[in-house]
Amino acid sequence: MTAGPREMQDASAVVLDAAARRTLIETVARRIIDHADELTALDQAIGDGDHGLNMKRGFESVLADLGAHAEKPLPDALKAIGMSLVMKIGGASGPLYGTLFMAFGKELPAEPSHGDVVRAATAAIAAVKARGKSDVGQKTMLDVLVPASEAFAGGKDPAAAAESAAEATIPMKAIRGRASFLGDRSIGHMDPGARSSALIIAAIVEALEQTV
Amino acid sequence: MNRNVGIVIVSHSVDVARGTAEMVRQMVGDEVPLAFCGGNPDGGLGTNVESIMSAIDTAWSDRGVAILVDLGGAETNSEMAIELQPQERQGLIVVCNAPIVEGAVMAATEASGGASLDEVKRTAEELSPA
Repeated sequence: MTAGPREMQDASAVVLDAAARRTLIETVARRIIDHADELTALDQAIGDGDHGLNMKRGFESVLADLGAHAEKPLPDALKAIGMSLVMKIGGASGPLYGTLFMAFGKELPAEPSHGDVVRAATAAIAAVKARGKSDVGQKTMLDVLVPASEAFAGGKDPAAAAESAAEATIPMKAIRGRASFLGDRSIGHMDPGARSSALIIAAIVEALEQTV
Repeated sequence: MNRNVGIVIVSHSVDVARGTAEMVRQMVGDEVPLAFCGGNPDGGLGTNVESIMSAIDTAWSDRGVAILVDLGGAETNSEMAIELQPQERQGLIVVCNAPIVEGAVMAATEASGGASLDEVKRTAEELSPA
């Protein structure tokens, strides 16, 4: 069954079999692991320099359980992945990404329609806002998740929206997280969490298009 | 032992957490259930939910547990650890918005006198700028 973002605009449900789920999970995990150095470099500029390493540790633990995750129905797989991230990342991004995946899995039916995905994404983003006591405009992952989710809801490519939204965090001033300690000096650097969110969204879109 | 509120110290550095716990033990004594943790799952700087959950278990008291944290990730991970606790513990664990070392000593001092969880938290938070 097809699952690309364009194919998902009709109301019919999307079914990912175990092989497609495996491709999806593996693509996302490897994308983050492959970009760990870049994420660390971004975090060294405005944070404490551990984002790449932390995300790599988290997604390596996801890969370690890849077979078990892929066998689960999508909502359960998302919840299990979220819990792995919570337990293994070892920084604030653990609870933030863990909450994103767990809340998304909690709201998503096993064979979601486009509307189901939009609703689940909205609920997951709300959960991340609550976890981080944050909102858009504060130079965080939310500055990518929200516009990407809105693009998807409107039938546009969420990966392109995510990429330009991550770029748009460069001139922003950090209000939340470690980068906020820098105040105006956080201006001029891309937010590492925005970048990792854009990487994840791009990987999801690519993996789903591969399974078409 | 669990007639007093318990104290958990969560730092990015296990050395800071251990040192803070030593200060509490020396200045306040053994009347308060106390646990500390620090470091990411690989032992580097950071905090992790699993070790916070086990510290909560160690310091558990039916009167509740107050957690003292250093920087952002310690707070977020502590809140996550609280949510993952069994239902009957919900509402009995709080994160204090206070400096970690001074807050831990003040909170433990208050707890050692049999104060409630609310009183312990309030005393620690008196140290925070308004």
